[in-house]
Parts: sequence; structure tokens; C-alpha cells
Amino acid sequence: MNIPYTVEARPDTGLPNGKLGIWLFLASEVMLFGALFSSYILLRVGAAEWPQGELSVPLGTINTIILIGSSVTMVMAWASLKMNNWGRHRLFLGLTFLLALVFLVNKYFEYAEHLHAGEGPEHSTFLAIYYTLTGLHGLHILGGMVVMAYLLGPGARMWKTEPEQFTNRIEYTGLYWHFVDLVWIFLFPVLYLL
Amino acid sequence: MDYPATHGAHTLHDAHHEELGFWRKYIFSVDHKVIGIQYAITGLLFLLFGFTLMMLMRYQLAYPGQPIPFIGNWFAADKAPGGVMLPEFYNQLGAMHGTIMVFLGVVPLAVGGFGNFVMPLQIGAPDMAFPKLNMMSYWVYFLGGVVMLASFFLPGGAAQSGWTSYPPLSVIAPDGQTAWLFGMIFLITSSLLGSINFIVTIVQLRARGLSYMRLPFFVWAQFVTSFLLLLAFPPLEAAGVLQLMDRLAGTSFFLPSGLVVSNQVLTSMTGVAEPMTRAGGGNPLLWQHLFWFLAHPEVYVLILPAMGIVAEIIANNTRKPLWGYRAMVYSVIFLGFMSFIVWAHHMFMTGMGTAMSAFFQTTTMIISIPSVVILTALLLSLWGASIRFTTPMLFALAFLPMFGIGGLTGLPLGLAPADIHLHDTYYVIGHFHYVVAPGTIFALFAGVYYWFPKATGRKMNELLGKIHFWGSLICINLVFMPMFIQGLGGMNRRMYDGGMQYVHNADLLYWHVVIGYASWALGLFQLPFIFNFFASIKWGAVVDKNPWEATTLEWSAPSPPGHGNFVTEPIVYRGPYEYSVPGSATDFTPQFEPERV
Repeated sequence: MNIPYTVEARPDTGLPNGKLGIWLFLASEVMLFGALFSSYILLRVGAAEWPQGELSVPLGTINTIILIGSSVTMVMAWASLKMNNWGRHRLFLGLTFLLALVFLVNKYFEYAEHLHAGEGPEHSTFLAIYYTLTGLHGLHILGGMVVMAYLLGPGARMWKTEPEQFTNRIEYTGLYWHFVDLVWIFLFPVLYLL
Repeated sequence: MDYPATHGAHTLHDAHHEELGFWRKYIFSVDHKVIGIQYAITGLLFLLFGFTLMMLMRYQLAYPGQPIPFIGNWFAADKAPGGVMLPEFYNQLGAMHGTIMVFLGVVPLAVGGFGNFVMPLQIGAPDMAFPKLNMMSYWVYFLGGVVMLASFFLPGGAAQSGWTSYPPLSVIAPDGQTAWLFGMIFLITSSLLGSINFIVTIVQLRARGLSYMRLPFFVWAQFVTSFLLLLAFPPLEAAGVLQLMDRLAGTSFFLPSGLVVSNQVLTSMTGVAEPMTRAGGGNPLLWQHLFWFLAHPEVYVLILPAMGIVAEIIANNTRKPLWGYRAMVYSVIFLGFMSFIVWAHHMFMTGMGTAMSAFFQTTTMIISIPSVVILTALLLSLWGASIRFTTPMLFALAFLPMFGIGGLTGLPLGLAPADIHLHDTYYVIGHFHYVVAPGTIFALFAGVYYWFPKATGRKMNELLGKIHFWGSLICINLVFMPMFIQGLGGMNRRMYDGGMQYVHNADLLYWHVVIGYASWALGLFQLPFIFNFFASIKWGAVVDKNPWEATTLEWSAPSPPGHGNFVTEPIVYRGPYEYSVPGSATDFTPQFEPERV
């Protein structure tokens, strides 16, 4: 048995199965984070006072730059495969993984600082939603890193046998990664600046 | 989890040459038909379990404070000492009945079971688009079910804040609620994986010639249902995460500042001895908004697959095309869109303001239009037909008036002035059970009788089927019709003693006894079905691949279909319901039959 359109696109929809699948998954993710952002708005509008400037803007800015950079390297990893340059692909995918790691380390320092100051999630509703939103976003980063580790490690063998499908996998991982990046681009101003 | 070591299309192609072992063939199978049957059987078992919980509750309501006969001694002292049900246990049964019926029974059977088994066959696909993901969604669902069941054995018992888990009650409830939240996260994940799979399969794997307007209505219903699951479930997942934070991390998303519980100002959940007066204290209404943003589309997740099943069976047994197929398709799409903007009609009692109420009353009245269009189209399809009264057809026919009663009794609830009187009464219970129990569950029974020959190659017994049908129809109406009387009389729906301490209920209490006997009789009338189901697998009449002389694609595959479903690639030549075409030799012209020149 052969499932059709796993690699090549179906002519009338112009999509392979996986690409439609990842877009639908991202649609559900939009609803997940959309619900949390709506909760943030509702809680903030209903609050008598709302703390401002509690978070370190420099740390947040650095993390924003890191994530945008990782999106760029992710695109390069995919483009290198399209140009049949395996070495460059490895370099850029490795770089993306590394940037994700740096993001999490940075986040760890930020969390640790607040927790040492006794500012846990129970401290205020602002910090509660901050930990929830960034925590969930951090889990998404971690999930992306697991997928990248697989594609760098055991999953990389597929390039030899089915290069087209492997390229597709990198593309789908990239779509997911850009989404995670985009969520942060919303999180940064909402939590750090406003 | 133990994945079969298949990778990509090539090995899948090779897979059908080798004989699979027992575990990979029946337990960790990636075949949509096996997964569909796994979902269906698990769903049926959970329906039976959820119904059993209700039969226990019905005894408590009919005879409050009396020990449960026969099985009363089986319960632990923290549930029913001496066989007499404690209020806490009653609340656990109520919350878990709702949760199990909706999330572990009806949806897995209607979407996971019928959707998985029938939909790929109806669109002529060899399998789902992502078979391994499909297996994973079943096992994640199974895990969620195990967590839910296990929560009964936690100290303090299972969740007891209703299936809606309203805070602040749910946040200060015992550990069972935490288990409920984790269980829900598993179930939501399973639904999300499943719905992505369904949509991709319908869009990408339709057979040649099967355009959207040639899809059987059942496939349309599953298509819209999948979008509802995909987009409505994540907000509940978000709400679940927030409630978990409230329970485990000491936040107060849903707990208002200065909340008083048992005459004491509530302190932080983590035990910090400070009153909960935090910057921007929580908002219990936030949970209700997030919950109903899921749970109203969820209502359509429950009803749309049922409508799909009924449409298939009515077309087949009237031997006529469906009346107004296109109108039905447009209605189901419109229904899907509208279901996202009616949620707050569950919240008229919360004091959210008249402007909000006005908006949601309007949208609620609008959403009744497409439902009525579909029901009317199904009813008009019967006009002038020589109907075959088979067991599936009887259940499908009963669906029409039962869903009609459920839908029409919902209209007063969609208008705030009437809802304020009726909302917390048994009227609401009667209303939504007419939609879900004699509505959806009857349609699901119809589907079991209708597609059983496709799954097993044998027919279920007609006589036992008819006993099951007539017994269930009479009993289920005796269960739910009196609830309208009780509700209009003002009987509150959440009293563990049936509301006997209120004077205005005095004349209504005897209905609890009637409903009790009717529900236990309803339980007895399921025995012919259970026997019929298992006996027919072994002794049922052997049938060929198209026993109902139907027109849709699943009946061109062998019964039961082998791995990969179709012997030759199916090609579609016409619409789904070409019955009694003038000039044709037979009264049905299947989609897969080439034009004769």
C-alpha cells in the first residue's frame, strides 16, 4: 500500500500531505496562544493596577535578536538543501539548534533572577501570566530542538535515500520554527515593553 | 510508545507483503479500519460505563439516603458508607458522567470510530494521510481515559466540579481535579492530532473524480467537525494550563481576591499564609469564556457526525436522493462558522451585561436556521419514498423527532429572559440530553447496525435490533420527557437529594422514581444490543460487499476491506446518492459504476 502525495504535491491542491498538515497544526497553535493572549488582555483590563518595567528589556531584546537570527539560519538550512549543499545545510541547522539553546540559557538566567528575588508565579497576576506564556513558549522551543536534534542525528540518513522528502521535513520544521519565532515577537512587546 | 518500524512510503509499500504479528495487526495497528474499530469499541465501553454512573445517581435521586441495593457494599467508606451515597460521591459521578459521555464516549465513537473507519473508505483512500499519527491519537486518547478512570481512586475521589469545572470551586477541589485536567490535556492532544489527519485526508486523498460536491454528506460532516476540533480545542487546552497553574503553582487566574470559603478568607493554594490579594486578582468568568469557546463548538462536534450518519442511512433506505444535498452542505459549513460565536449563551446567568447577552441571543437564533435546514431536508427526503424499515433506518428515523425536540426546546434557552428562569433546572438537562442521547447516540447505534456488515462481513440480527430499538425509544423518552416537567416547575438540577428540601419541588419528586425505573429499564434494553454485537461477529448472516445496495464508495471494497482497502483504484463517476434513477435497470447507481454508453 502506498499513501499518495507524501512527497510530491497533489495537482489540484498544489500541496503535499505534510505541508497541509503542518499548516493546520499551526492554525491550532494560533488558537492556543490566541486564547492565552486574550486571557492576558482580559486580566489586565480587569486589574486595578498592573506592574510595569518588571522585566529586563536588554535580556528580552537579546533573545528577540537571537530568535530572529535562528529563523534566518533555518531558512538557510532549507535553501542549502535546495541548492544541494549538504555541508552548508549541516552548518546552518546546527547553528539554528545552537541559537535555540542560547535562547533557553538566557531565559534560564532571567527566570532564576526573578525566582531568587522571591518573584514566582504566585507573586502577582502579571508574573503568573508571564511564566505561563513564556513557559509554554519555552516548551515549544524545546520541542523544536528535539526535532532538530533528530534531523541532525538519526533522521539525517534520509537525505541519502529520499532527498526530496528530507528537504520537505526541513521545510516543515522551518515553518514551525518561524511560528515559534513569531509568537515571541508578540510576547516581547506585550510582556516587556507595554 | 512502540511504533512499527516503518519509515516513509517505501517501507509502507513493502509492508503488505509480510504478514504482521498479532500486536502490530490488532493492538498497535496503523490501519485506519483497525484504529476505527479500537476507537468504536473503547467509546462504546465508556458509554456503558458513563451510563452506569448515571444509573447509580438515579437511584440516589429516586430514593435519597437509602442504601444502593445489591452493589452498595462494593463502594469504599469515603464514597458510600453502608451503601448510602455521600454528596461528594454524587458530585463525582455527575462530573465524570458528563466528562466520560462527551469526551470519552460520544466523540471517540462518532469521530474516532465512524470517522476513521468509514471516511477513508467513502473517499476512496487507501488509508489516512498519516497512519502512524492516527495510531498515536488513539493511544493518547486511551491514556487520557485511563487517567480519568484512575482518578476515582485518588484520595478525595475523582473530579467533582461538574463536567464544566467552573472555578473557584474547581480550583479548591481535591486532587481528582488535577487528574481531570491532565486527562483533558491528553484527550485534547488526541483530538488535535486526529483532526489534522482527517482534514488532510479529505483534502488530499479523495479518489479521482470525487469533487467536493460529490462527497457523501457524512464526509462533509466529518470535515466540518474536524475544523471545529482543530480550532476550538486549543483554547480549552490554554484554560486547562491556566487552571493547572492555579492549582499547582499558586497563581490566581480564576480566583478573585478576597475569596471567602467556609467563612474564611482563602489563602494561597501553595500554603503561603497570606490572603489572596494580588495585583489584578483573578477572574472566574475568564474560565467560563474559554471553556464555552470550546464547549459550544463541541456540541456541534457531537451532533454533526450524527447528522452525517443519518443522512447516509436515510438516502439508502428511502431509495431516493437526499432532498437538498447542496443546501445541506452549505448549512453544515455555515453551522461550523456560527458555532464559534454563540458560546456565551451558556453564560446569561453570570451577569456579563445586556449588550453581550443581546449579541449572543442574536447569533444563537441565527445558528438555529442551518440546523433546521438540515433537519427539514432530511424530513423531506422521506416524502413519497417506499421506506425500508431496517434497524439502522428505525434509529435514523427516530433521530429526526428526537433531535427536533432537543433543538426546539433549546430555543427558549437561547433567549436570556426565558433562560434566567430555566437555566439551573432539569429543563436544561432534558434539552441537551434530547440532542445527545436519543439524538446523537441513536444515530450512532444506527451507524453501528449500518456499517457492521462492512467491518465484519456479517449482518447483525434484525429481531434483536428491533427489540433494542423499541425498548430504547420508549424508555429514553420516559427518562427525559419528565425532566421538562420538573424543570418548568423550577426543580434545581444539581441537588444530590433531588431537591427534596424545597417545598415547590414536592409535587415533582415522584418523577424521580419514574425516571429511575425508566433508566434502569433502558439499561436492560441495551443487553440485546451487546449480545447481538458479539454474537453477530461469529454467527451473523454472511453478506457480500454491498448488502444494503448502497451507492457510496465504501460498498465497492470487500467486506471486511483488506489492508489498503480497495482491490483496484476507485474512480468516481457521479454524485453520492443516485438512487432510483429513471431508466436505470436497478434502483441504485453507485458512484463507482462507469457510465454505460
